[in-house]
Amino acid sequence: MSQTPPPEVEVAGLDVVFASGRRSVTAVRDLSFEVARGEAFGIVGESGSGKSTVLKAIAGLVPAPAGAIRIGGRSLGPKRSAADRKLMQFVFQDPYGSLHPRHTVEQTLQEPLAIHRIAKGDSLISQALRDVGLSDALRYRFPHELSGGQRQRVAIARALILSPSLLLLDEPTSALDVSVQAEILNLLARLRRERSLTLLFVSHDLAVVAHLCERIAIMRHGELREVLPVERLRRGETSDAYSRELLRASLGFARAGESLAFSPETR
Amino acid sequence: MSEAPLLEVEGLDVLYRGRGGEHRAVRDVSFTLGRERLGIVGESGSGKSTTGRALLGLIPPPAIVTARQLKFQGQDLTQLSPRAWQALRGRRMSMVMQDPRYSLNPVLTIGRQIMETYRLHHRAGAAEAKRRALEMLEAVRIRDPETVFAQYPHQLSGGMGQRAMIAMMLVGEPDLLVADEPTSALDVTVQNDVLRILDDLVTRRGMGLIFISHNLTVVSSFCDRVLVMYGGRVVEQCDAKALHEARHPYTRALIAAAPDLQRPRAELAVVHRDPAWLA
Repeated sequence: MSQTPPPEVEVAGLDVVFASGRRSVTAVRDLSFEVARGEAFGIVGESGSGKSTVLKAIAGLVPAPAGAIRIGGRSLGPKRSAADRKLMQFVFQDPYGSLHPRHTVEQTLQEPLAIHRIAKGDSLISQALRDVGLSDALRYRFPHELSGGQRQRVAIARALILSPSLLLLDEPTSALDVSVQAEILNLLARLRRERSLTLLFVSHDLAVVAHLCERIAIMRHGELREVLPVERLRRGETSDAYSRELLRASLGFARAGESLAFSPETR
Repeated sequence: MSEAPLLEVEGLDVLYRGRGGEHRAVRDVSFTLGRERLGIVGESGSGKSTTGRALLGLIPPPAIVTARQLKFQGQDLTQLSPRAWQALRGRRMSMVMQDPRYSLNPVLTIGRQIMETYRLHHRAGAAEAKRRALEMLEAVRIRDPETVFAQYPHQLSGGMGQRAMIAMMLVGEPDLLVADEPTSALDVTVQNDVLRILDDLVTRRGMGLIFISHNLTVVSSFCDRVLVMYGGRVVEQCDAKALHEARHPYTRALIAAAPDLQRPRAELAVVHRDPAWLA
């Protein structure tokens, strides 16, 4: 009777090529993965691995010449419609760069509502601020009057005000201090629980991705090396040589013939 | 016991005075450094970078730097003239910054920049300086020193640029190197290569290294000792290996707030700041 729901995100054979004159760079090559509804899926890789480009291709911010992208079972065309954009919202790395410096928090949150012609803006803004743990008193502040953590909360509030089902997160905590990062990660975990959001989380930091996500994809040079459940990653059960190298490097510095200070043997 | 410490710091204060009042960026910081790897960890605004810069006399007025004692190899640094600082910096003490893209001169080749540093402190001809520069590039494990020597900073990757920076800082053969987040702009797999180079310099040449970082995992696995800074002061000093047994509530909170690959937690601890830490 009840059908299994289609995956929230389906990417099949995705290619992204950046071309300038006769030169071209393939940033993403033949990438395929699925993310179930309500799942948190992480993409890890080093600079130039194409991890952010995948998110941008899904959001329609870069053209994808080959491959299919489906959201909730629906195929997306080359351009995102307003309805598509309402379903998925983006949070960027640097909240200072992604917020308009001369717009107040209220104006920033009003913009998506105006674009999508949603009334009752005022109560929605209050609600969005409450949801991300900001006081209503911050409404009339400008970005430079907020701390880094507060700014990132505003960026998250702006993404959530349209009640999307999918959140695209591109290194949302990389510009933040450890203690502020903890607050933002806890916030994302809570919002995901409360609203059964699907998260696509891109980061260079394996520990951060492992904290939030159930499954993790490892990318290098535009290709998917491996997708594995977080428990297997934590146990170091990886079949790919590069994934192993990345995992080892993330655990800290090791002198030759010395075990890691933060490894299971010494704990 | 052993030889005198390389660096003795006692009661270091850095004060910024502005129209809005004064701000003590560094408060009463004291430590000694031998030929070892000393880590300084803390969050932004903790005063860790300011401490590093103050040690090299790189805090310009109107900021006021005072210390009860600031001695480098027995020499009193508080009374140094700008000229004497010039002779010291780049020769006996050096600093590596976070991002090679901003700290290298974009319009000079790597080779010229390294040669310039060398000839500033040594009476040497161009041929001698070039030989030394190539040696240094080799010492930081650049596979093809001749090529990199002739390249401009924008032609290098982040990891290569950082190696070139370290080569430049080391050409004067300093006894003290202050490295301010030297690996934070690098990919993790490259990060460890750069750490290995720094590690070699401490063990082989007996250099003293001050390693400033926000990354607890890197500091605890790389350094010998760690200072934890908060609000301009050192709240804890401990063995790097024992960092996860730290006692100060701030250090403990910081460790609990960092996601850990091997010890998953349902929720990360939030740092509740106690005003008493600043008292």
